[in-house]
Amino acid sequence: MIKSRYHITENVLIASKTYRLVLVPLSFRAEPEGSSLSFRAEPGGWSREICHGEFVDIALPGFYLRRPLSICDREDGKLTVVYKVVGEGTKALAGMLPGTELEVLTGLGNVFDPEACREEALLIGGGLGVPPLYLLAKELKARGKKVTAVLGFNKAEEIILADEFRAVCDEVLVSTVDGSVGVKGFVTDAIAAASPSYDFFYTCGPMVMMKVVCNTLEGPGEASLEERMGCGAGFCYGCSIQTKNGPRRVCKDGPVFKKEELLW
Amino acid sequence: MVKDLSVALCGFKLKNPVIPASGTFGFGLELADDMDLGVLGGISLKGTTREARYGNPTPRIAECPGGMINSVGLQNPGIDVLVNEKVPSLRKVYDGCVIANISGFSLDEYRECCAKADACEGIDLIEVNISCPNVHNGGMAFGTSAASAAEVTAAVKAVCRKPVFIKLSPNVTDIVSIARACEDAGADGLTLVNTFLGMRIDIHRRKPVIANKMGGFSGRAIFPVALRMVYQVAHACKIPVMGCGGVASAADVIEMMMAGATAVQVGAENLRNPFACPEIIAELPAVMDELNINTLQEIIGTV
Repeated sequence: MIKSRYHITENVLIASKTYRLVLVPLSFRAEPEGSSLSFRAEPGGWSREICHGEFVDIALPGFYLRRPLSICDREDGKLTVVYKVVGEGTKALAGMLPGTELEVLTGLGNVFDPEACREEALLIGGGLGVPPLYLLAKELKARGKKVTAVLGFNKAEEIILADEFRAVCDEVLVSTVDGSVGVKGFVTDAIAAASPSYDFFYTCGPMVMMKVVCNTLEGPGEASLEERMGCGAGFCYGCSIQTKNGPRRVCKDGPVFKKEELLW
Repeated sequence: MVKDLSVALCGFKLKNPVIPASGTFGFGLELADDMDLGVLGGISLKGTTREARYGNPTPRIAECPGGMINSVGLQNPGIDVLVNEKVPSLRKVYDGCVIANISGFSLDEYRECCAKADACEGIDLIEVNISCPNVHNGGMAFGTSAASAAEVTAAVKAVCRKPVFIKLSPNVTDIVSIARACEDAGADGLTLVNTFLGMRIDIHRRKPVIANKMGGFSGRAIFPVALRMVYQVAHACKIPVMGCGGVASAADVIEMMMAGATAVQVGAENLRNPFACPEIIAELPAVMDELNINTLQEIIGTV
């Protein structure tokens, strides 16, 4: 766990109430000759890699607790987070301009295991569960796996990252509940229609979606859970869930859990 | 001039008065990889009961202006795991004051757990939680009357050689009378205050935010109330007080000590900032210097 200061370089609306936030550590210095918002790494400024599946915990001025948000992408020290305005905190975050400084905890939680997949991976994301699968998709492709992504949304206006996934994955299936884009229905309908081959699946999305996915899909998989958190670092026990292996903290023992471990 | 941050607490010399409060720092081990625990004056371990408990359903946490509500419900692995595994492991990386925090649902449970904590070599002090507002049929009943608070104190003191601190609930009409009753029943010290019973409602869902409906409110917002209670109790009792409630800075620590606290516990602030305690300790000498304080011990109860 590392506490450090970042600044916002981008905070833009990409879908209904949904924003892409790009953060750069303050130890990364602006290039004087570049555009106003390009940065380069200071030596030692990036002491630990931020992995796929992990989340950051962002302190927002005026709000007591941090906001845990999953990491969508990282590149050259830049962190990309995709979040939806769901309450006062995320509403305040959406109003923050590039250049705003934020204090961020990184290095939290466990990660999806890309090695659990032998050859063919199936990624199943629902809504705001889609972003953390993006970094995983890149990681799986870098390891030479075949990757199929199934992305589910309520309606066209809520679709996020579909083009980004298409640029990385071998195949991308989109489903919308209202049928405005792709397969009409849920991610499970898109999977049933296309029957993609896979030997391991990874899922993140609403609990009800992940429950159906874990109960209906054959074979092993991993699910990344969400829970209201206190400390975000495993010592307040505010986000504990019951599993087949006893109580587990979503923030520290998770957020990624093996399908077999979860009680639905 | 070198500042002396040490304080004497029931025969122990703490290197400084800053102690993470029970429930906000796990069993210490959870943070051992992230910071040097050695800087902490003491550690109050997560509340422990006779049997292992999963605690309450989630959501267990609700944010509030200036604080938060928690309803973890005493999730813990049980007293045997505490004394046989958690404390010995912590002792490998920490040589400061280790405080076991004991909860119970009956006098027998308090007695049994405290006796086991007393027999555990790695534990220095025992803090008895008679005030946790989270659990049905729980500690609340003991902490809300002077007679039952005294009853727990006497029962626990009968089985302990180590100093026993009683952690008081603020959800009472007269905390001073309860503090006095504990002192008269043999308590070696008092920790105050625990959390304030609170509640939030999600107005969109029209349901309580916390699964268990209510929980304990803590955080910066409670500091003035906690300080007032520490002041009243410290001036009414002779036994030492650990002040707790909304402490978030070195200045808060000094304020609590001026009100009468010998040591100061930091609670909810750890959840906003896991490095709160080491940061407060690092900040203390400069704040002492600004206030012309050379020895922290000297300011206890000076107001």
